[in-house]
Amino acid sequence: MELLSHLALGLQTAASLANLLYCLLGVFLGTAIGVLPGLGPTATIAMLLPVTFVLPPVTALIMLAGIYYGSQYGGSTTSILVNLPGEAASVVTTLDGYQMAKQGRAGPALAASAIGSFFAGTVATFLIAAFGPPLAAAALKFGPAEFFSLMVLGLVASVVLAQGSLLHAIGMVVLGLLLGLIGTDVNSGTQRFTFGIYDLADGIGFVTVAMGMFGLGEIIRNLQDEEERSVVVTKITGLWPKKEDFKRMVAPILRGTVIGSALGILPGSGSILGSFAAYSIEKKVSRNRAQFGKGAIEGVAAPEAANNAGAQTSFIPLLTLGIPSNPVSALMVGAMIVHGIQPGPSVITEQPALFWGMIVSMWIGNLFLVILNYPLIGMWVRMIMIPYQFLYPGILVFCTIGVFSLKNTEFDIYFMALFGALGYVLSKLGGEPAPMLLAFILGPLMEEYLRRAMLLSRGNPWVFVQRPISATLLALAALAMCSVLIPVFSKTRKEAFVEGAA
Amino acid sequence: MIRNPKDFWTGLIYIFFGSSAILIARDYSMGTAVKMGPAYFPTILGGLLLAIGVISVIRSFVVPGPGLGAFAIKGLVLVTVSVVVFGSVVRGLGVAIALPLLIIVSAYGSTRFRWRPTLLMAAGLTIFCVLVFVKGLGIPLRIIGPWLGG
Repeated sequence: MELLSHLALGLQTAASLANLLYCLLGVFLGTAIGVLPGLGPTATIAMLLPVTFVLPPVTALIMLAGIYYGSQYGGSTTSILVNLPGEAASVVTTLDGYQMAKQGRAGPALAASAIGSFFAGTVATFLIAAFGPPLAAAALKFGPAEFFSLMVLGLVASVVLAQGSLLHAIGMVVLGLLLGLIGTDVNSGTQRFTFGIYDLADGIGFVTVAMGMFGLGEIIRNLQDEEERSVVVTKITGLWPKKEDFKRMVAPILRGTVIGSALGILPGSGSILGSFAAYSIEKKVSRNRAQFGKGAIEGVAAPEAANNAGAQTSFIPLLTLGIPSNPVSALMVGAMIVHGIQPGPSVITEQPALFWGMIVSMWIGNLFLVILNYPLIGMWVRMIMIPYQFLYPGILVFCTIGVFSLKNTEFDIYFMALFGALGYVLSKLGGEPAPMLLAFILGPLMEEYLRRAMLLSRGNPWVFVQRPISATLLALAALAMCSVLIPVFSKTRKEAFVEGAA
Repeated sequence: MIRNPKDFWTGLIYIFFGSSAILIARDYSMGTAVKMGPAYFPTILGGLLLAIGVISVIRSFVVPGPGLGAFAIKGLVLVTVSVVVFGSVVRGLGVAIALPLLIIVSAYGSTRFRWRPTLLMAAGLTIFCVLVFVKGLGIPLRIIGPWLGG
């Protein structure tokens, strides 16, 4: 019954008029920007982050979470209508979603996505509420050595799930950690790697890096191959699925929710792994497996449910351990720090209203998504049709003004441009920006925990393997790393990405 | 002979950043393992990155890989330059000039660039931004900067 009283506290927080409004605004803006081509959730959140800095912490985080599901849902919409996934997690949705749209069944596809997402979101919200507190209680026993090892595990996981060469992914992580150290060293007050530049004393802002690498970098990538985007349906009729569609949706949604929730908790994966796994499992167990790839509603419902469940449960490591598991939650960590909240297990006990308010608002946000998308689908379609050449200068304008407004200095604008160019070049050379952003945010935290752990152990580096929890975490990290090197798994890893790219 | 240009160039980038980190960190105090100085962690990371870079470069001569592929040089240059130009003139000329500059220069990067719609868009977006960001949200930027007597 404790759970109910917690949820009641959350409801009280989340249902305040201001929080409801900002949740709605977040979901709306997130979907609106998410349907715009070439803007994934990371870029969307990075762009809108400065707006939330003026809000009180709870409201800001509620709005950010809303932006996150909104942009993810927007990505699903573009997957179905124009065959262009806004982000990696909705890649599989294109396979059957776009086929359905071509056959004039865009309505049911969109509905399957919305219903699947809503159901999965509801289940995942309860999972967070149920598992969050015990996990956080366990994490309170963590010392600096455990936190250090946990971060190692998180970074290794992001490396394992990165596309392409393992060596490059590790390199990107180390580079990110190094760049994160730029600025004043907290212990000695030494200015590190600042080249005497005053603006670098506080380090490079994570929003600047994220907007550069994900916002600008993505624009440059898109300019490389400007493709014609054609919306198959300009007018969507018969949104509501038929009775038979409903029947076919139920089991895939249930399976997708379970798979997505379980995989979402893993550090580094977020929702990507879940949607891929759910689709391939559905393809094996479904009675209509022959129809897959030709417009099977199961092929939309399952990955969409999994993707939303994973997006939600990825908040579990974030809220209980303070460890971001993907670029989006890394941005949330950054936002929490800006608001003076140290993410970690103490958030639940010290800021119960914030924790539970956020959880309940997740469910409300999902509800808003369903309600909002029925009347507004026509508007999204019109937004999708904005030609890219008119879109990207606008995105640039918002990124530039947004990054300027953080500290009112042109300096951040230059750095955003630099990271845009660096991000593009590195990604062309096979280095993914996501692990690097994660490492960039974790860099200073890792150094701090390493210092404390070594201080407590009197300089004995074995402390990381002598403490059982820390040793387990490191063993998991080693196992994950080895799994890539083992041929069988690395083959499936490749296949998963190939299937995604197809 | 370089058999994997991607490995080769990424390796060089890693070597550059890794060795710079080690060299610059030499100016800071190293400390001991018990009481780490500001140079300790960066030096470890720099060494690690340097090693990864060296392995990558060596591997590029041994294991063959795909070519570099096409780079969007025009897009890369125009997008980066437009943002930098905006940053350097926004205080002097004001947003009424800097924003259209940013929009036109960056829009020129598209293969479908046409003057008429771009100018219209520049005008519309600039008015929108002035109203929302400068007038509405009070971001401290002048509409017409001091270089133009504003």
